[in-house]
Amino acid sequence: MLAVLWVAPLLYALWSAFHPAAYEARFVLTAPLTLENFVTAWGKAPFARYFLNTIFLVTLILTVQLSLCTLAAFAFARLEFPGKSVLFALVLVQLLIMPDVLLVENYRSMMRLGLVDTILAIGLPYFASGFAIFLLRQTFRAIPKELDEAARIEGCNLMGLLWRVYVPLGKPAMLAFGLVSVSHHWNNFLWPLVITNSVETRPLTVGLSIFATTDSGTEWAVINAATLMTSAPLLLGFLLFQRQFVQSFMRAGIK
Amino acid sequence: MLKRDWIHAWLLLLPAFVLLLAFTHLPAMQTLIDSFWSTPKGRRPSAFVGTDNYVRMLADPIFAKAMWNSAIYAALTIPASVMLALAMALWVQARFAGVALMRMAFFTPTVLPLIAVANIWLFFYAPGFGLIDQIRGLFGLPSVNLLGQGGSALYAVAVVTVWKEAGFFMIFYLAALQTIPPALREAAAIEGCSSWAFFRRVTLPLIMPTTLFVSVNATINAFRLVDHVFVMTRGGPDNASMLLLYYIFENGFRFWDTAYASALTIVLIAVLTVAGIGQFFVADRRVHYR
Repeated sequence: MLAVLWVAPLLYALWSAFHPAAYEARFVLTAPLTLENFVTAWGKAPFARYFLNTIFLVTLILTVQLSLCTLAAFAFARLEFPGKSVLFALVLVQLLIMPDVLLVENYRSMMRLGLVDTILAIGLPYFASGFAIFLLRQTFRAIPKELDEAARIEGCNLMGLLWRVYVPLGKPAMLAFGLVSVSHHWNNFLWPLVITNSVETRPLTVGLSIFATTDSGTEWAVINAATLMTSAPLLLGFLLFQRQFVQSFMRAGIK
Repeated sequence: MLKRDWIHAWLLLLPAFVLLLAFTHLPAMQTLIDSFWSTPKGRRPSAFVGTDNYVRMLADPIFAKAMWNSAIYAALTIPASVMLALAMALWVQARFAGVALMRMAFFTPTVLPLIAVANIWLFFYAPGFGLIDQIRGLFGLPSVNLLGQGGSALYAVAVVTVWKEAGFFMIFYLAALQTIPPALREAAAIEGCSSWAFFRRVTLPLIMPTTLFVSVNATINAFRLVDHVFVMTRGGPDNASMLLLYYIFENGFRFWDTAYASALTIVLIAVLTVAGIGQFFVADRRVHYR
């Protein structure tokens, strides 16, 4: 019962998106199926551009996050240096004060940097992810020190050690973080809304909200089609890799 | 040798820390400073005003409304999503036909963008032809505009949050339930323990750490998730669904009153910090169960 209740809103959206507007609130089994709503939505707003923006944004954020945070996590996990605990505490602060909260001030920084309305500006506050550093540090610390020493005896330098031993062994954690990061930034809304104001930079979520609110003349069926369209890639990914998704989200939460 | 390690470490940390400082720590500090200054207007530069912004906040009825709403919103969504999550987990923990499908049904809202979720629900709530009104129609009840009425808008928004969150929390409960040794259940069965008693005396205490963890998360989300407010109500009608973060957005980017927005941000950070400290406290205190 509860499960049915839970999927009802989704099914309802699916129903109306795939049927002509006349059937959007009449459930007749023989109602003709149609893709027209999707075509209309696609034609009414530059969704192709929004898709490109979002894909570019998500890739950019994930790539930078993984490279920067791997380096930092490695330093925290395996090296001893003065100021380590203070610096780590500073990293943890970000888990508390997420960039979403600092909208006003970050907007001003972007203005000073001349980056307002760029995709780079959407990503910048998220590049150094306190969460990624924390997660990877935990993973790296669990790697046996013997491996580390063996590699050093073989004449491996620090970067070689990181690249040949830690990165390969940290892959599951990186994959987990990757899934969480991609779905988070695919879905992120508030900061992109604030920092973008043109079609060229707007990600899908912002584009969708504008499409759904400004065109009051648009039919529900079309809005629903657009809504499903924007979430489809994540949804498909989730259906295909269900287990990985659930495990990643869980791992990310517990640590 | 040691010295070299230091330099290596600092070099490794450098890029991440430049960004962290530039976009988290410095802005947070700057926000605090700004909250004691006035908003620059036209040719009038910003001036030090002490606690004026905070004094104004105390007298601001919309701020009071936003805080009160945030509190109600938290008080509704936290217990509801946590209890539902536990119920779901207990349910889909067993193995029976279709259980995978059920798990999927519960978890799917988690991967959807909150904006998309809001659109779907907007349609659901739509007066006249939305599903809720159609069901009411079957019972001969008049049509209602749940989002358009001051009395129900906040609750309608809270339902959406619960819908999105509960499945996410469910997976933590599922993991926690799997750590309960089956021997306990067998022992309890031999003692003639009813399944309700088992749940209350064994399961519930054992999953307490998870409950606390999930609750803290729900608390943070209650103050952080406002995307759906943009689509569904825009804080209205008449501020009935105004939440703190949305009010910050309005002040900062609609009225361009950045100083007041900074003061509001400080309040939000304070709330999040208290929740975060709660989390550390909880994480330290509750491990003794294992």
